[in-house]
Order: sequence, then structure tokens, then C-alpha cells
Amino acid sequence: MNYAFDYGWLLEYWPVLLKGLAITVELTLVGGVFGVALGVACAWARALGPKWLRPIVTTYVEMIRNTPFLIQLFFIFFGLPSLGVRLGELEAANLAMIINLGAYGCEIVRAGIQATPKGQFEAGASLGMSRIQTFWYVVLIPALQRIWPALSSQIVIVMLGSAAVSQIAAEDLTFAANFIQSRTFRAFEAYFVSTAIYLALAIALRQMLRGLGWSLFPKRSGR
Amino acid sequence: MSLIEITEVKKRFGDNEVLKGINIDVEPGEVIAIIGKSGSGKSTLLRCINGLETIDEGSISVAGAQLLPDELHLKALRLKVGMIFQQFNLFPHLSAGKNVMLSQMVVKKTPKAEAEEMAKKMLERVGLGHKFDAYPDQLSGGQQQRVAIARALAMEPIALLCDEITSALDPELVNEVLAVVKELASEGMTLLMVTHEMRFARDVCSRVVFMHMGRVHEIGRPEDVFANPKTPELKQFLGMQH
Repeated sequence: MNYAFDYGWLLEYWPVLLKGLAITVELTLVGGVFGVALGVACAWARALGPKWLRPIVTTYVEMIRNTPFLIQLFFIFFGLPSLGVRLGELEAANLAMIINLGAYGCEIVRAGIQATPKGQFEAGASLGMSRIQTFWYVVLIPALQRIWPALSSQIVIVMLGSAAVSQIAAEDLTFAANFIQSRTFRAFEAYFVSTAIYLALAIALRQMLRGLGWSLFPKRSGR
Repeated sequence: MSLIEITEVKKRFGDNEVLKGINIDVEPGEVIAIIGKSGSGKSTLLRCINGLETIDEGSISVAGAQLLPDELHLKALRLKVGMIFQQFNLFPHLSAGKNVMLSQMVVKKTPKAEAEEMAKKMLERVGLGHKFDAYPDQLSGGQQQRVAIARALAMEPIALLCDEITSALDPELVNEVLAVVKELASEGMTLLMVTHEMRFARDVCSRVVFMHMGRVHEIGRPEDVFANPKTPELKQFLGMQH
């Protein structure tokens, strides 16, 4: 092996990487927040919602969970314009990630809701709370606490999966790495550096989600 | 007019008729013990009174609020009767104080400061003023059940339904809960309790209802019911085999 490693390009191209990183972070934040919100709403609909709503949500969830993310992304970015819905690459990327996490999050959160003891619903009802109030104030937080590790993993998976958005020219971290290696022909170094950044990002995201869990859920209960 | 009127109530679970026409009228301030074997329908009756179960026939009304299966009527009814459960059913993610505050703020729209004051007062009343910030899993079973009582009382109900509230407790914790109930009874709270604590029923209750096979089999003052049971079923239940 006589390949000479050269990281000299970093001097010139680090702003490109930084911009890619910023976009990946933005996609993850928006996708994470709205995706989890969508997941919670869908979980409520499937577990406790009105009967007519359930098949609609089930169809959405099964469609997303049984097709590749890349195809969903292409469908939104290349397919929808035929119907007159034209989205920019970042909007399309955000939307795809929200829809994707919403479906997986739905099933995870639903498991947490369905593990709620019946007595919690009855206690809420006996105190005069409506079904929706009982869900929001009584059931939701302990349900999220039960499935928080699984939901955190899913958010990290979606963050890593966001690499696919480079395929519709959204200028994320993967797009930046591709761009740099095509300019410098330093494929190993470009992907090595971007790999390291993804790794650091994933670890940081997991820590952040763990911290969020600590602040969202009381330390004592259920542990 | 009685405070609680239970008239010809029938309830079926599939083919199994668990309540076969129940009639009980409860006057304000009465303390009623409902006793009977498991499967006799006593818990189901109690759960019907605040609409946790629907009824198939008959009617139930509490201080004029009718039991009807829509959310508006149910809410009106549930604001008049509080319920305490065998398994406490405290909200695990909220402190004792927040457990007592939540429904006041959500259902009655009580301002936070007022709800907090009420919560302190009610926790004080059940002897747990110092546990305001404790979470349910930091409390013993008896303490949790007393918080549940405080939570129900904070809604200012005119009657309390107690569904075997000491059955899940270790024997040494039963008395602290019964003492609170006794206190409430002496203050004039109307109480309907399903219980296996016969001594308590005899000492505290104004009337005892013995249920058997989905019917009110015997009803009367505790001294009569316990000393002179009229039916062989009650005699057998009380362990008098002669």
C-alpha cells in the first residue's frame, strides 16, 4: 500500500462541510420535532381515536413502513410536481423525514399507550376529565417514558437516513462529502471525515435525547 | 328525594347478567357498606354509579344528575361523585401535590395558586401535608391511597365511592386508610364502600348491603345484618354455620 493520505483540502473545503453539517442538523431538528408530533397524533388516533380515523392512519403507517425512504423522497420531490405541488429540495427533504418518522414513531408511541394500565384511564374519567384530557395530561408522558429509548433510536436512524436527501441535491453533509471528493479526488479522506462527523453527530444526538428524557420525565417514576 | 337513587338497575356482560334489578336509595350523610362474595356484582354496581360501566336497564341519579352515556352528562355526574380504587391509580409522573391539583385545573379550570392551596389542604386532611412533593413510587401503599382520597376530595364531591380501597394494602397499612375514611364519615360525607373489612362496616356504617348473585339479598342496619342475618346465604357468608 503506497497511498499517501492528504488532508490538505480541509483548509479549503471546511466551509462546505460546515454548511452540509448545518443542513443535516436542521433536517434532523425539524424532522425530529414534527415527526415525533405527527407520530404521537397518529398513535392517539390508532389507539384511542375515532373509529373512522383508524383505517386512514393505518394505511399511511403501513405505506411508509413498507416502502424505501429513498422512493418516498423521490416521490415527493420528482412525483408531486406532476400534480402541481412543487417543493424545493430542502422542503421536500424536511417533509419526507417528517412523514417517515411520523409512521415509525406512531407504532412506537402506540406500544407505550397500549401498555398503560386501565386504571389510569378510569382515574382520569372518575375525576371528570374527558377522554382527550386524560390522554394528554395522564397517559401521554408515562407512555413516552416507557418507549423513550426506542423512540430515541428511531430519531437517530432518521438522522442517519437523511444522507439520502443528497440524491435530490439537498446540500447536506453527504452532498458535501460527494462534492469534495469529486473536486479533490480524495475519496477516502472525504468520506473518512464525513463518517467521523456523522458518528460524532449521532453520539451527540443520543446524549441530547437522553438529557431531554431526564428533564421530561420525573427521575423516580417507573425506574 | 334521596341523594343517590338507584332504580331497577340491570347490567349484562354478554350473556352473563351481573346486576339483576338493583334498588337502593342513599340519604345524605349515609355510610353504606356493600358486602358479598366475589362475583356478586358489588364492584360492578359501584362502577355503574359514576359511569365507568354503562347500564342496560334502570336508572341512576346522584343529586339530580342522571347517568346517561354521553360525555356531558357523565362529567356532570362525576363532578358529584368521587371514586377511589383498589389499586390507587395515582398518576406516576406527577408528585402527590400535582396529582391532587391536576383535575381541579383541567376540569374545573381552577387557577393554579388556588388549586395548590386546595391540594395542600386536602393532603393535610389525610395527614400527608409533608408529602406534597413526593412521587407516588416514593410513598407506601397506604400513603398512596390517602393521596388518592385527597385527590377525589379536592373535586368537592358530595359522595365518595370506595372500591375495596384497602384490599391491595399490607395489613399494617389498612388502619391508616380506614382512619381517614372514618374521619370523613364523621364529618358527614356520604360514602358507598365495597369492603371486606367487616369490623369497620359494623362500627362505622349506617347501613349494610349484602349482595348475592346480582341482587340485593339483605339490607339493613349493621347491628341487625351482622347479629341476625335472615338468609342462609348471608349466614354462610358471615361464617355462621348453624
